[in-house]
Amino acid sequence: DSVTVEVLDHLEHLALVDFRDAEGVERLREAVRFAERLREVNTEGIEPMDSVLEDRCLYLREDDVTEGNCTAELLKNAGEKVEEYFVAPPGNIPLPKLEERDTFLKGS
Amino acid sequence: AAARGCGGVWRRVLRRGPGGPRSVSRLWRAVACSARGGAVPAGHSGLAPWVPVVGLEIHAQISSNSKLFSGSKVQFAAPPNSLVSFFDASLPGTLPVLNKRCVEAAVMTGLALNCTINKKSLFDRKHYFYADLPAGYQITQQRVPIAVNGSLSYSLCIDNKMSQMVTKTVRIKQIQLEQDSGKSLHDDARSQTLVDLNRAGVGLMEVVMEPDMCCGEEAAAAVRELQLILQTLGSSQAIMAEGQLRVDANVSVHHPGEPYGVRTEVKNINSVRFLAKAVDYEIQRQIKELENGGTVLNETRAFDSKLGCTVPMRDKEGKQDYRFMPEPNLPPLILYDAKSLPANVNHQQVVNIDWIHERLPDLPSVRRAKLVELYGILPEHSFTLVNEDGLTDFFEDVVKQTQMKPKKVIGWILSDLLSHLKQHSLTAKESPISAFLLADLLNLLEKGEISSSAAKQVFEELWKGEGKTPLEIVKEKQLELIQDQEELEQICQAVIDEREKEVIMAVLG
Repeated sequence: DSVTVEVLDHLEHLALVDFRDAEGVERLREAVRFAERLREVNTEGIEPMDSVLEDRCLYLREDDVTEGNCTAELLKNAGEKVEEYFVAPPGNIPLPKLEERDTFLKGS
Repeated sequence: AAARGCGGVWRRVLRRGPGGPRSVSRLWRAVACSARGGAVPAGHSGLAPWVPVVGLEIHAQISSNSKLFSGSKVQFAAPPNSLVSFFDASLPGTLPVLNKRCVEAAVMTGLALNCTINKKSLFDRKHYFYADLPAGYQITQQRVPIAVNGSLSYSLCIDNKMSQMVTKTVRIKQIQLEQDSGKSLHDDARSQTLVDLNRAGVGLMEVVMEPDMCCGEEAAAAVRELQLILQTLGSSQAIMAEGQLRVDANVSVHHPGEPYGVRTEVKNINSVRFLAKAVDYEIQRQIKELENGGTVLNETRAFDSKLGCTVPMRDKEGKQDYRFMPEPNLPPLILYDAKSLPANVNHQQVVNIDWIHERLPDLPSVRRAKLVELYGILPEHSFTLVNEDGLTDFFEDVVKQTQMKPKKVIGWILSDLLSHLKQHSLTAKESPISAFLLADLLNLLEKGEISSSAAKQVFEELWKGEGKTPLEIVKEKQLELIQDQEELEQICQAVIDEREKEVIMAVLG
């Protein structure tokens, strides 16, 4: 079983997802099991596909200024602002350590 | 021992002072040899030699009107968050649209650096959290970048007199297109960060140089040459002071024959001069650490320009996992050349590598060679001419307007003019002495109307920029050379008559 506590902790730090409880973790395991079935297909010598768009043409835009100048509108989304700057905490606030997180695997 | 051009082997010299042996911070660098695993000189007193290894990651802001994936303007110093579109702010429902000019800039740069241009390259997402990266990921080219396997040649002078230059080469691993992040202004007093997204999404070319360099001087010379190339191409203005060219150095040391040592990454380097200092300091620090029995940590350090040293950057996050994944909203970038160009195609939608290649301007190395050939000046001279903004044009303007040979003119440009410019931090374009005036002065000298020492006096006067012509100054200060034979004889006779005693001593010898 590759879905260990360490893996979950790592994922929570990286992606800030919250698996919340045992049910959530089981859902993750189900999803992994479902995806693993892809390995049953023999893909030897076949180039992996990233996207069904791979044969589409990548549109190239001319280098003209067509956007911007909407400071007020953008700042409407800001919880806090200072003179047209967005305000953020001084640095990244790390997720608390595993022992200190109260939602992790609650009820498992 | 005199400091020579870098060769790849450093030793720390132990010196005995009062109170016992004391290591001196002065490092002795061996005679120039090939940068990659060069020859080890015969052992001297004391310790085993060290081979420093330096690689560089350079981010050059693309010179374009709009951003890499959006139509926001690219401009240095604008009101905060005024050059930001919904896409740049990462509002849901927005998509990236690739800027053709940015692709062309990357192709030009790849060609100038002798790279193989990948006709098919891919975009990826690099995930990490930071307030100035609103999407939570940066669109970059991690798997298949636009250009790979190039080289950059640069020159170093072996001694301080600039009379002996060596050419070195550094391999270019790859060039990739990627987004710049916004800017964070740290307000420690109020414990907050102010975020300006004007820079978020501006196009960058990341140029990755292999660890073929061995000291600060080589790193600085390589970056300077890259800067000149980018400015010549116009793909980036590459002004380090404005953040258009950012350099991170990867530094490690090892003993010859042993595997490479642990490397550190040095950031926050704001000029070519500081780059050399930062790299040399870090090499020295690592050697000192290892010789004292310590270890080098694989960490990121910042260069403190005031103290001239590197300090660890706070790294609470631990090792980053960027979870690279293909950018699902962008199909592969396909480039064409004359052969692969499809018949019925909308030319606006095509980037043709051959078309770009044909239109590349003369690179600095070619410009230098042409100057040497055309004017008969020395290679070292051509380096300075091309290196200093506007100096080549100034020199050529003077040559056009004077009878003095270019080989003589160059001396005036490189010693008199340039030293004055440097003293007053001026560029050639800002010179108080115009090319016209200097040519005028040199003509007087060439015609024998004044002596060269008089010419230097006139130069000083002209530098004051009071609007006088060279001829006016000569007349004012009575610097004309006397041409009249009789007058000269009279003067000489007068001197001899006055100093009878000295003349007798001289004759008796």
